[in-house]
Amino acid sequence: MPSTDDLKQRIEAAIPGSTAEVTDLTGTEDHFRAIVIAPEFAGMSRIEQHRRVYAVFGADIGGPIHALSLVTKAEA
Amino acid sequence: MSATENPIRDEISKAISEHEVILFMKGRPEQPMCGFSARTVAALDALGASYAAVDILPDPRIRQELSAISNWPTIPQLFVNGELIGGCDIVTEMYESGELRETLGLEPKPDAPAEAPAAAEPGAPPLQIKNDLV
Repeated sequence: MPSTDDLKQRIEAAIPGSTAEVTDLTGTEDHFRAIVIAPEFAGMSRIEQHRRVYAVFGADIGGPIHALSLVTKAEA
Repeated sequence: MSATENPIRDEISKAISEHEVILFMKGRPEQPMCGFSARTVAALDALGASYAAVDILPDPRIRQELSAISNWPTIPQLFVNGELIGGCDIVTEMYESGELRETLGLEPKPDAPAEAPAAAEPGAPPLQIKNDLV
């Protein structure tokens, strides 16, 4: 089971300059919410921003990570 | 891929192109089976939107092929005029900013709540499983 820290580290390692705040929605380590701020999101559509974060986890979304709710921003 | 090689993918593409507004979800609008699908339905309903809905649960291949077409890993997925608008998070954000109503080409609805209506806790397990076993 991934932890909120695992998710945070994976996002921040994969997206340069990003900060991620991850919460466990259900306390069961499979439904998460992440607020991700990354400079590269500037100029990207919301769809592209979310795709970028989902891409960090690949097939884990729908696998060990049942749900990842996202809020993405280019700056805080 | 020709029609004979991947009929499910072709059916999904056809459904997306034939319906101005189409929602792929878990369960049906009157009985969503996931909090995220429920919330998306609630946002559309609060605006009085009319939309086609496809339940992806009966066959796992629907979700697999849909995600391959849309390059989007999660359910629900809302399409307007053949284009992916987003999942629950984006639909909720767009509801609250008024963009969803504009995208759907709807008139303002005076009784629509400013905040996206919460049909269920996001991430909640299936709302209810009816036990028909005696």
